[in-house]
Amino acid sequence: MRSTLAVVRTVALGRLREQPLRLVVTVLAVALGVALATAVYAINSGALSEFGLAARKLVGEADVVVRGARTGFDEDLFVRLLGDASVEEASPALEIELAPLGDHPPLAVLAVDPFRAAAVQRELVAGLGGELMALFRPASIALSAAAATELGVARGDEIQVRSGSGVQRLEVVQVLPAAAYPQRLGLMDIATAQWAFDRVGRINRIDLRLAGGVDVARFRTALEARLPPGVTTSGPAAERDRAANVTRAYRVNLNMLAMVALLTGAFLVFSTQALSVLRRRSSLALLRALGATRRQVEAALLAEGILLGAAGSAVGVLVGQAVAWLALARLGGDLGGGYLHAVAVVPRPEPTALLGFFLLGLVVTAAGAWVPAREAARAAPARALKAGDAEHAARRLRPAWPGLSLAALGAACALLPPVGGLPVFGYASVALLLFAGMLLVPATAAWLLGHVPGTRRAVVSVALAQLKGSAGQSAVSLAAIIVSFSLMVAMAIMVYSFRESFERWLGEVLPADLHMRVAQAADTAFWSAADQADIAALDGVRRVEFARQLSVYLEAGREPVQVIARRVSGESDFDGLPLVRGDLAAAPPGTARAWISEPVHDLYGLDVGHRFTLPLAGKAEMLTVAGIWRDYGRPGGAIVVDRDWYVATTGDGTASQGAIWLQPGARASDVEHAVRAEFPRGDALQVYTGGALKEMSLGYFDRAFAVTYLLEAVAVLIGLVGVSFAFGSQALARRAEFGMLRHVGMLRRQVVGMLAGEGVVLGLVGVLYGLVLGFLLSLVLVYVVNRQSFNWSIDLAVPWLQLGALSVVLVASAGVTAALSGRAATGTNALRAVREDW
Amino acid sequence: MSSPDWVLKISGLVKRFQPDRPPVLDGIEFELRRGEYVAIMGESGVGKSTLLNLMAGLDRPDEGILSFYGQDLARLSDDAATRLRRHEMGFVFQAFHVLPYLTAADNVGLPLDLAGAPRPERDARVAAMLEAVGLAGHAGRFARELSGGEVQRVAIARALVHRPRLLLADEPTGNLDPRTAGQVLALLRAQVHAQGASGVLITHSRAAAETADRILVLDGRRLVPAGATA
Repeated sequence: MRSTLAVVRTVALGRLREQPLRLVVTVLAVALGVALATAVYAINSGALSEFGLAARKLVGEADVVVRGARTGFDEDLFVRLLGDASVEEASPALEIELAPLGDHPPLAVLAVDPFRAAAVQRELVAGLGGELMALFRPASIALSAAAATELGVARGDEIQVRSGSGVQRLEVVQVLPAAAYPQRLGLMDIATAQWAFDRVGRINRIDLRLAGGVDVARFRTALEARLPPGVTTSGPAAERDRAANVTRAYRVNLNMLAMVALLTGAFLVFSTQALSVLRRRSSLALLRALGATRRQVEAALLAEGILLGAAGSAVGVLVGQAVAWLALARLGGDLGGGYLHAVAVVPRPEPTALLGFFLLGLVVTAAGAWVPAREAARAAPARALKAGDAEHAARRLRPAWPGLSLAALGAACALLPPVGGLPVFGYASVALLLFAGMLLVPATAAWLLGHVPGTRRAVVSVALAQLKGSAGQSAVSLAAIIVSFSLMVAMAIMVYSFRESFERWLGEVLPADLHMRVAQAADTAFWSAADQADIAALDGVRRVEFARQLSVYLEAGREPVQVIARRVSGESDFDGLPLVRGDLAAAPPGTARAWISEPVHDLYGLDVGHRFTLPLAGKAEMLTVAGIWRDYGRPGGAIVVDRDWYVATTGDGTASQGAIWLQPGARASDVEHAVRAEFPRGDALQVYTGGALKEMSLGYFDRAFAVTYLLEAVAVLIGLVGVSFAFGSQALARRAEFGMLRHVGMLRRQVVGMLAGEGVVLGLVGVLYGLVLGFLLSLVLVYVVNRQSFNWSIDLAVPWLQLGALSVVLVASAGVTAALSGRAATGTNALRAVREDW
Repeated sequence: MSSPDWVLKISGLVKRFQPDRPPVLDGIEFELRRGEYVAIMGESGVGKSTLLNLMAGLDRPDEGILSFYGQDLARLSDDAATRLRRHEMGFVFQAFHVLPYLTAADNVGLPLDLAGAPRPERDARVAAMLEAVGLAGHAGRFARELSGGEVQRVAIARALVHRPRLLLADEPTGNLDPRTAGQVLALLRAQVHAQGASGVLITHSRAAAETADRILVLDGRRLVPAGATA
């Protein structure tokens, strides 16, 4: 044990003394990867725990939650359930989203019978304190502290919300304490809400607390069978997980990106350690010759890697937690993604998670250090003592079969379906292909460098000979940059493909000159038939199409699907329905047709020609799938039905959104003013030109992906640090060579130029390899990971300009880094280095 | 360039590494005649290699004159000194310094490549030089495929292939066994004379020094004839 410690001390501390700066930067690179992983986790976890807390307050002590479409179902169901012997307490509720006037997001409102809710949502109602009775006052509302703050009101103030196309005023009778509910929420008496928002006799949720001894699962199964169409049940756990489910794919993607940074850090450790071990090969062999065992040398090198990992991981978890605080303060719980905007998140350090990330960093770093440690320990001392053995050692990495086998496995994984709605095999495929790509780097680099044409120019030919002669070491030095660059290429292609598809989609779904909706929240805001007629009669309006959007439940346990009732004319200029399959041709008489979005196709297994039932207005309507369309706006799925059929079936002639085509010569701004002038507080209506709406949507898109760009940039930065280390390390090792070249008449700038040339060639090889590998990875991301995460398709598009510019920057950086390393290594010391033995 | 009788002339040369410490070399006087092969001996650390660096224009003296064929080396820019070495000087080092990723022929041809020699001439001179050092059949081999003595022969061939007027050898046999060392020293001397060059052999070995025409000893920061200190 004592002798092992002596070997560890000699190897690890010797290196620390020799290359302190390089070790510090390696530690920082590991820290960066761990910090990103920790930060993303802390942010997600903070956001979700707040969501979970909020959901728990809403669910309260309910055993079963009965849910229907937002338009609701008859409250008779509540009366019937109240009479059920298995039900101890039942609390009817109306969940609505109000549209406050002004620049405010929609306000979620839970309208309950306060006395009944007190038995189920005890904590929430307790927040009302002594003001319970105040809730029964006409047009009154209680607000959570977060909602009151956002709306800028206090107890006794008044808020104005959209009701139909008019305005409803509500008095704030109480502001709940912050502890009562963490999110923005309004609490109303159910009768008040029904009256104020034209929902008399309708509810959309019933919370049930069952009698003792009742089997909840059996009760739910029995209840499902006698519920009206479109009404389903869910358990408290599903209710609590609802927010988590909505954002799961986005969060998994963020976690994956953080893992990419960590993985790149690991490859950096591998590359740094491998090159360092190769450089110290003869010293290590000397230790072996002096009596250190293989195991001791391996342990010493592994300990060195673990020390690096421990230091980096410790710094990383602390920085990650700090970054989480900062990011939440600046970007919110979804890092700008737009999914969790209602949350006021405070990340709380979780010791177990922090320890987990510390250990993860440690394990990943140790794995990166283990491969070179094992190789060095296995080397025969006699051979390793000879100069030139380093390349021989690096060449052992060259066999192609392990890489090809992993690539085949990765390709097979890409063909497998999602697991639990997540592209588990898709990510496995990316990881396997990435590792396969890394294993194939030495063979490919040797092949590529072997095909670089020779030249008569001495400086260039020496540089090329050096590269060809040290292809194995070059491959090791390229590892970190290839990992980060290929992943960046893959992500860039995926994001660009998505953006291009999204932009094209916007162009198709926004065919009109003006698009309008009463408010962002459609539950209580709508245009009546008379309103619609008024708009159609305005000067400058050539054609107007209205649509009604409402949410329904197709299956218990799933998110609601949006039903969009709109005219489907088959006229391509007006329909704005980007079909990927099927057609828009007029339906045969007596046939009800539906056009489903891709998520509905993927999640519910529906396809063109399939028949399915759609719960509308308490009835189950049979429809036939006529087409599948691309929709990036509703991740839970959307179903377009013909509006005439919808009105005839449900009697609901209201509309929540509309599109206007202008008469020739009419100005969009004039018509927009005319529309606003038609309604009270018309300034609060949302009316945009197609171009403005498109620009706004693309702005949201870019904000949502800003974090991914940041994470990608960090990964590439780590990779570049790796390249810089590799060049620095090699330049140092070749100091005597440079000294000899200077002696025989090579100018200093020629030596530096030679190194810059080597850097450029290596950079080119790395970039070319990264581009090919990244493109292959992007195919998995676009066609497997994206599709299985979000259930929508995107068309592959390659951002040539962006990738070209990035490639040039990387190649130039490699050249500059190599030249800088060369400058440092070709000073006077290099001339003296020829006195050193090689 | 004029062609005086001497190749290298050093007068009153002083070199210090730290201003507050005594100089490493103090008042060195030395003349190397055309075709002459001189050995400079001395204990480790007396400044032999420093003197060699100064002779090669790799370092600058603090005082004194260092003239190569009438050209003051101290006044040359780094580039000019490098070009002078490229065309006029050859080097042999103790640690060989043969590039491991080039073949023996390419290592030998390196000075000609740097000088931009035409390919046919370059190949012919490389082949001739390899033959001259007894490595005619080893042109395509890499350093790892050669013995220590063979590698040093490659280094000698490289030092002389471009027909320099001055060969500087710094402990060229320090890493070789006595028998191989003897062969290499004989070869070095023979090739210097065969090429009509002049040479300076830095060594601490009496036996090695005795292969030269004249022996000087660097002692007490000055260069004196061997007999003067004995």
